[in-house]
Amino acid sequence: MTTRTEVAGTREARVANAAFEHLLRLADDRLVLGHRLSEWCAHGPILEEDIALSNIALDLVGQSSALLALAGEAEGRERDADALAYFRDEIAFRNVQLVELPRGDFGFTIARQFLFDAYSVLLWDALQHARHKPLAGIAAKALKEDKYHLRHSSDWMLKLGDGTAESHARAQRSLDELWRYTGELFESDAVDAAVARQGIRVDHEALRAQWREMVADVLHRATLAVPADGPMATGGRTGCHTEFLGHLLAEMQIVARSHPGASW
Amino acid sequence: MAAREGKRAPTARDAQPQANAGAASPVGTDSEGPLWEVFTQSAQGAPHEHAGSVHAADAEQALQNARDVYARRGEAISIWVVPSAAIVASSPGDAGPFFDPANDKAYRHPQFYKTPRGVRVF
Repeated sequence: MTTRTEVAGTREARVANAAFEHLLRLADDRLVLGHRLSEWCAHGPILEEDIALSNIALDLVGQSSALLALAGEAEGRERDADALAYFRDEIAFRNVQLVELPRGDFGFTIARQFLFDAYSVLLWDALQHARHKPLAGIAAKALKEDKYHLRHSSDWMLKLGDGTAESHARAQRSLDELWRYTGELFESDAVDAAVARQGIRVDHEALRAQWREMVADVLHRATLAVPADGPMATGGRTGCHTEFLGHLLAEMQIVARSHPGASW
Repeated sequence: MAAREGKRAPTARDAQPQANAGAASPVGTDSEGPLWEVFTQSAQGAPHEHAGSVHAADAEQALQNARDVYARRGEAISIWVVPSAAIVASSPGDAGPFFDPANDKAYRHPQFYKTPRGVRVF
């Protein structure tokens, strides 16, 4: 029987290998969200949107693949991207809880995507100038992809918010539900302080202010209300997840775990 | 007359003929939005060529859908989208008067010239 601390790691261990931890956070957000989006494949409202969501899912999984490979190098224990994606348990995942929530209806999926895309564009915009060159390279490429994702999700927020009474109500309800999961995106801890010394510096407070402005602008134009800040969910960055992540991972990991080393 | 109205935005009505044509089928119903024709350019200087069509509620969404459906594997460097309703097409009934007269007028083709050596023949 292993204890939670052994699996999730102590605070000291996380700080000792801060680059690995930080890259996992970036990678896991995108891997889990990409998987959630991929659940829409063959279930999209119309064919065109089905293809659009699948494209965005593939972009996110592609980003996570590059980030996990880099994380594996930083860890130095010969784990490649596949080992990190398919052979870690829930407690070792470092994504925010926002991205693991079930996909919900189309309004919920779009609202979550919009909130995340706005954050991600700002984050990559900052990281493309990082002194850590491999990460800066990934950031520059991902920024282009995410700008498109944001354009897509913003456009849908306008259409859903300013559409029918039904679409407006669903979009607003989704935002209200999602809001308490947005605080985690801007948390800053000892890992962030440690990677800042290694050339990966992100000013989360500045990011939060820019994000709020960006989100408020689109919501205002979409005739949607910015939800009030209340207590925020937390824990994803240190391996505390909602009940939903385990089920997602079971589905995502089962083939790789049933046939280790298989190729096709 | 749609073509003469120029920039008129497509409306839900534009999808009506389709919806009526296949009332029993979900294809082309209003819920998918009006139809847009997509033209993609494969390289600098190349013409925009017809790639296919997409459904979208407005021009911005049509452009995004066209990008996702017809340019996601790097096939294009530029995209045009045009409301399908704005395209004026010849009808099959016009085929005789429109195209037949060309067949027996060989002198309309520049085939009586000898191509000088060194000139690339397309």
